[in-house]
Amino acid sequence: MDLDEIRAEALARIEASAEVSSLEENRVHYLGKTGVITALLHGLGDVDPEARPAAGAGINAAKRSIQEAIDKRRIELDNEQIQSDLVSQALDVSLPGRKGYRGSLHPVTQALERIEEIFISAGYDVADGPEIEDDYHNFEALNMPSNHPARAMHDTFYLTNGMVLRTHTSPVQVRVMENQKPPIRVICPGRVYRRDSDLTHSPMFHQVEGLVVDKGINFGDLKGTVTEFIHRFFEQELDVRFRPSYFPFTEPSAEVDVMGADGWREVMGCGMVHPNVLSMSGIDPDEYSGFAFGFGGDRLATLFFDVQDLRMFFDNDLRFLKQFA
Amino acid sequence: MKFSEKWLRTWVDPKIGTDELCDQLTSAGLEADAVEPLADEFTGVVIGEILELHAHPNADRLSVCTVFDGSEKFSVVCGAPNARVGLKTAFARVGSELSDGLEIKRTKLRGVQSYGMLCSAKELGISDDHDGIMELSNTLSPGLELREALDLDEVSIDLDLTPNRGDCFSVRGVAREVAVLNRMSMNEPVISEVPASTETIFPVEVHAPSACPKYLGRVIEGVDISQVAPAWMVERLERSGLRSIDPVVDVTNYILLELGQPLHAFDLASLEDRIVVRMAEAGEQLTLLDGNSIELDEESLVIAHGTGPLAIAGVMGGVKSGVTETTTDVFLECAFFSPVAIMGTGRRYGIQTDASQRYERGVDSELQGAAMERATALLIEIAGGNPGPVIEVVDETSLPQAKELTLRSARLEHLLGERIEGEEVFGILDRLELRPKEVPEGWEITTPSHRFDISIEEDLVEEVCRIHGYDAIPTRTTLTAIPLKPSRRDRINPADLRNLMVHLGYNEVITYSFISPERHDLFSPDIQPLVIENPMSKEQSVMRTSLIPGLIDALVSNVARQSTSIRMFEYGQCFNGDVDHLEQGFRIAAALWGLKDPENWTQQAKNVDFFDIKGDIERLAEACGRRVRFGASARSEFHPGQSADIYVDDNDVGTVGRLSPQLQRKLNVAGDVFVFECDVEPLLLKRQRRHNEVSRYPSIRRDLALVVNQAVSSESVEKLIRETVGELLVEFRLFDVYKGKGIDSIDKSLAVGLIFQDPAKTLTDSDVGALVEKAVVALEQEVGARLR
Repeated sequence: MDLDEIRAEALARIEASAEVSSLEENRVHYLGKTGVITALLHGLGDVDPEARPAAGAGINAAKRSIQEAIDKRRIELDNEQIQSDLVSQALDVSLPGRKGYRGSLHPVTQALERIEEIFISAGYDVADGPEIEDDYHNFEALNMPSNHPARAMHDTFYLTNGMVLRTHTSPVQVRVMENQKPPIRVICPGRVYRRDSDLTHSPMFHQVEGLVVDKGINFGDLKGTVTEFIHRFFEQELDVRFRPSYFPFTEPSAEVDVMGADGWREVMGCGMVHPNVLSMSGIDPDEYSGFAFGFGGDRLATLFFDVQDLRMFFDNDLRFLKQFA
Repeated sequence: MKFSEKWLRTWVDPKIGTDELCDQLTSAGLEADAVEPLADEFTGVVIGEILELHAHPNADRLSVCTVFDGSEKFSVVCGAPNARVGLKTAFARVGSELSDGLEIKRTKLRGVQSYGMLCSAKELGISDDHDGIMELSNTLSPGLELREALDLDEVSIDLDLTPNRGDCFSVRGVAREVAVLNRMSMNEPVISEVPASTETIFPVEVHAPSACPKYLGRVIEGVDISQVAPAWMVERLERSGLRSIDPVVDVTNYILLELGQPLHAFDLASLEDRIVVRMAEAGEQLTLLDGNSIELDEESLVIAHGTGPLAIAGVMGGVKSGVTETTTDVFLECAFFSPVAIMGTGRRYGIQTDASQRYERGVDSELQGAAMERATALLIEIAGGNPGPVIEVVDETSLPQAKELTLRSARLEHLLGERIEGEEVFGILDRLELRPKEVPEGWEITTPSHRFDISIEEDLVEEVCRIHGYDAIPTRTTLTAIPLKPSRRDRINPADLRNLMVHLGYNEVITYSFISPERHDLFSPDIQPLVIENPMSKEQSVMRTSLIPGLIDALVSNVARQSTSIRMFEYGQCFNGDVDHLEQGFRIAAALWGLKDPENWTQQAKNVDFFDIKGDIERLAEACGRRVRFGASARSEFHPGQSADIYVDDNDVGTVGRLSPQLQRKLNVAGDVFVFECDVEPLLLKRQRRHNEVSRYPSIRRDLALVVNQAVSSESVEKLIRETVGELLVEFRLFDVYKGKGIDSIDKSLAVGLIFQDPAKTLTDSDVGALVEKAVVALEQEVGARLR
């Protein structure tokens, strides 16, 4: 066979290789250490020196074209393999993936965290305190001496020894003022307790108390802070109304209403901290003034999540809770 | 405080509608809670007179009436039992519209044409009376519009008063506010002294002057109790929420509503010796007007006579001395009791009355004389009778004193953030009857007797601000800058713990902090819980000492709701110790039950086990950078062989494990329940993270299969290996635990992977071989381990 025939045969065999292994056999047969082309190259030494360069170039050209054909065929075979793998590896991708359970934060916790986030961004600290409180911090230090008529509004749970389940988170503000010099900017979220249960009341609920004490704090600051908070919380510029009210620990005091779909809704109480409350906690009311506000975390959560019955928050029905995941 | 709007408008009548009036009151701090119309909205209903009445030919219960509407006669079918000839009633003619949009049409009822409808009070929204059609006064002429004839275009306004505004607990008080807000004056009724026409008195002694600084008494003889109060009075009472009873009760109620002064009337015939106002003696008995018998305590102020207590002062009278239909002579009491003396009383006996509500908040201490005269005048006008002289016992020193206060203009501006013109401030103070005087720093005022709530300068700031209008105060949203707060990198936020639990697939629950004593005992029989003295119910009467009972309750109720898997956690305070040594810290607890993974096609469904819950508490601790250790637990609510106490820095901070089989059986839960509970504080203290050089040299791994007795804990094996090998062991992996074929039945095989790495050089096989050899020898000597 002359070189052309060898090359033609090689190219035909390469083309006919249906698998990588037979292709490899053909490569060895032609280009291997003892392959046909390799042998021809080795045989060049016997060729007439004058004809040698031409003969060499011819063999090398044949070698190149065979190598190229092999490379080309290899890519083709690889591609075929990939194509067939793709078919055999195809999955029903509509089958569900492997995943664990999805947890959830309680909607009241979500509301409280949202509230904290808004106030923290404005430089407030977050404080907590004991839920079993002494009479002094729950009442006395908040300007409610024993027999004060406002105590009647608190429907208090009593333990022995004058201890109570705190009826509001306001005692935490007292504890903050006892331990910190102004400027004070703090919110106190937590559980509170009152003897009351119906559609809108639970014997245990959550309150968030806010307190700001500094030089020159005024009623306009209170209005601005509360209004801004409500706008941030609900992500809407809702109408907000302040109307005079009464709390023993603030003077002047206000109730805050927010305009909802069916009229004004009461959302929080607030006021300028009563001078007696400041002085009892060691802050000079002539030098400092402050405001405080308090609202139900659960109540805001009912409005935010559109929950009708507050008591659902404490039923712990997973079908309810998982909706807030 | 509920009152008729029309009555209020006889005192002061601003030219504004009901809605605006209510808004005005609400904006001034007297919240208009409800506005109740006297009747539903309806049109075309007139006074009709039944002229004839025949039985319905086809229905026993129905009758066919001929009704006259002033000009025409109509045939109307009616089913009311009280329909009768001559009755004047509410007649809705054809074309009338009732409140629910119902239009009255000509209809056939059982074959008889009916031209209209005779109405009950309930059908018109006037009252709940549905016993029959309305029975109207015979003096009304047929054809008159019912709304006009009965003056139904009116509302009752219910104010939700704050505890400091006792002065508004009357029409007079509300009128005073309305007058201030509208810059008007009030039409006060002229109250003049009713001279005594007899000499009869009944003696009064006050032994508790601080509780009863002022007591007025007057005898009125010859009262005709059978008389009826005039229609205008009955109407005002009813529209303010009180029923008409007899002239004496009606008059005292009328004064209570009109002036805010409670009065009490005794039947003079039942009184002996003298009236003594004193504190009760413990154990004295009294049967009240409502029929309840109570045993009095020493803190209660009573009105007594010769043979014991007659009434709880300011709260409720006794049944024996009350006015009845046989009463002819009455003793009227009109007193000023101190709010503090009355306040606790009603609550202690569980009684709240219109009188106690007013006394608790405080009545005007200068009102008693006028109230007595007005009551006398009204009573003798209605029921006749001869008044005796008024007896008055007063202790001036115990009466509330007028206060003199200064409102500094600078303070006002400072607290409000806005300057209000001096002229306006003066005007507000003046209209509020605070008798202001201008002084260089502001205004001096003197409180009137009805504003006993005003006691400090800030109260005056509020008064000025509320009349000026809260909404008129400009808002300010820029608080002054405060310094940046210290940030603590050694503490993590509790919110991060909760979020991690959520990522681990748990649903957060919030359970009550109080539980039933039975539940408590079931879980923690050895711990004495704190007891609530006045719980809502026994189910919520002790404070939880652990989060687990509440969590398990929630779990059990969700198992009942057909869950297949439950993963819940709670974060909250628990209450331990006693009231003198309270420990109330935050804890975190989780409960796990049911399928380990959501049911799926890739693997066989498997239930959770101990190592699932243990893995979760470990991950929680790792996230906090804390290393936790586990040791056998002795808590009785847990399975002794599948539970462990959790230690952080050698402190017992909680427990993880399976509930004891006995407890699971009592809870009636199918399947095993796993829980952990852990104090939060030790977790929050985070190990500080710092960079450690990462070794550039390769690591070498050696695996060992160790056979040890089953009692040997894997923890002790790891500890021993770490101690023997030292710091070159950078990782210890326990990758198999095997019991069974090929292993003695008392033994187990632990497969461990030891990974060695040197920070400074490449370890050789012989380096590592020597270390492993050392470890194997130690294991053999210390725990009897042998290589498998």
